Amino acid sequence: MSNPQQLRYSKEHEWLSAVEDGVATVGITEFAANALGDVVFAQLPAVGDTVTAGESCGELESTKSVSDLYSPVTGEVVAANQDVVDDPALVNSAPFEGGWLFKVKITDEPEDLMSADEYTAFAG
Amino acid sequence: MTEAPRRTALDALHRALGATMTDFAGWDMPLRYGSERDEHVAVRTRAGLFDLSHMGEITLTGPQAGRALDFALVGNLSALAVGRARYTMICDAAGGILDDLIVYRLADEEFMVVANASNAQVVLDALTERAAGFETAVRDDRENYALLAIQGPESPGILKSLTDADLDGLKYYAGLPGTVAGVPALIARTGYTGEDGFELFVAPADAEKLWQALTDAGADAGLVPCGLSCRDTLRLEAGMPLYGHELTTATTPFDAGLGRVVKFDKEGDFVGREALTAAAERTAAKAPRKLVGLIAEGRRVPRAGFQVVADGQVVGEVTSGAPSPTLAKPIAIAYVDAAHAEPGTQGVAVDIRGTHEPYEVVALPFYKRRR
Repeated sequence: MSNPQQLRYSKEHEWLSAVEDGVATVGITEFAANALGDVVFAQLPAVGDTVTAGESCGELESTKSVSDLYSPVTGEVVAANQDVVDDPALVNSAPFEGGWLFKVKITDEPEDLMSADEYTAFAG
Repeated sequence: MTEAPRRTALDALHRALGATMTDFAGWDMPLRYGSERDEHVAVRTRAGLFDLSHMGEITLTGPQAGRALDFALVGNLSALAVGRARYTMICDAAGGILDDLIVYRLADEEFMVVANASNAQVVLDALTERAAGFETAVRDDRENYALLAIQGPESPGILKSLTDADLDGLKYYAGLPGTVAGVPALIARTGYTGEDGFELFVAPADAEKLWQALTDAGADAGLVPCGLSCRDTLRLEAGMPLYGHELTTATTPFDAGLGRVVKFDKEGDFVGREALTAAAERTAAKAPRKLVGLIAEGRRVPRAGFQVVADGQVVGEVTSGAPSPTLAKPIAIAYVDAAHAEPGTQGVAVDIRGTHEPYEVVALPFYKRRR
């Protein structure tokens, strides 16, 4: 699998898009989606929620387990992907595209987000 | 456990197929090859191929093999016809379930006991000890068999193309020796999916050849390799218990609603008779908790150990839970107090990480195939 070059990555296996007008899109990586197996339920943060870098802001449920969803940055949620709520399998089929999870207006971001190459090495 | 996981004869093949592997009872087993949901659907609608070589085979031979099993197990195995199989259990003296088993009668004086991987050593030790006074030899055959299962509505057609064995004459819970794709095999019409299908016991050295032949023969019918993840959701939909979840040493067969496997009318004594007689009377007089099905109204998935609640009180515990691909809803098997166990009981919920999610109480199984 290849991790898109234009994204940045967290140790919790979330990706963060390039920032436009202070807003970036968040999803989980293909590596994370493969590790979870078929995602069957996604509880995403609601528009207006404040999310904090490294803290749980929702959950992803798969056949075998439930996993916390972490935000890679701090800020306010400005959109949640209703398509994923309706069809959680999008997280597996298109983790970097249609399976995005939420958009956040960033107020603070940690310094340890990784580049694609760094993340690829990290995830092994 | 620090021991290296054991690998089946098909290990290299699983890795070549890109399987996600998992540790299961000390074995490195395929969890899934791709989407476990797709694998589940394939077994329900077409066919799936499983490596179950972690299961534990134990053979008893000799003139008193049947009588030894009658004493060691709760079933009446000496009455089993040659070529037939039976679902049964082995209990301790207190009536607690040590394992659930399938026993095949291969010949007049030869029985094969198939135990769960996690309990195989316990079962082997118990059988060895309990058979000591009988004219029978107990043989550990775990290393001598690989076990492949082909399950799903297309499986008879696929298997038929590879064997001359009389599959039409092979009933559910029957087994016969034969040859499949040139490989000597015990062909059994058994499974753990709720579908028609076969389990094939073969020499480990023949396992890859057989797997490949089944894969090729099933390609047009849509057969796919299947991992343990979908095996679990398939058996859950079919309402089949899993040792360590619905069945434990703290549970008697009567507590699990499976008292019918205990044959009190067989000849001679058997381990657990006294305790099981008491358990039968106790559960008949006043049902304790009953094993029921739960279907979610929402989308959050109940897991083993989650509490079942009603009127703010804990009334039971989930033993297995998963999203059901067939029902497209989360489902669970749970032990629930008799007062809340009737199908249709209102106001039952599962505590999912602090939220009481409403659930419908139903009779098991969730899924029954059309015959």
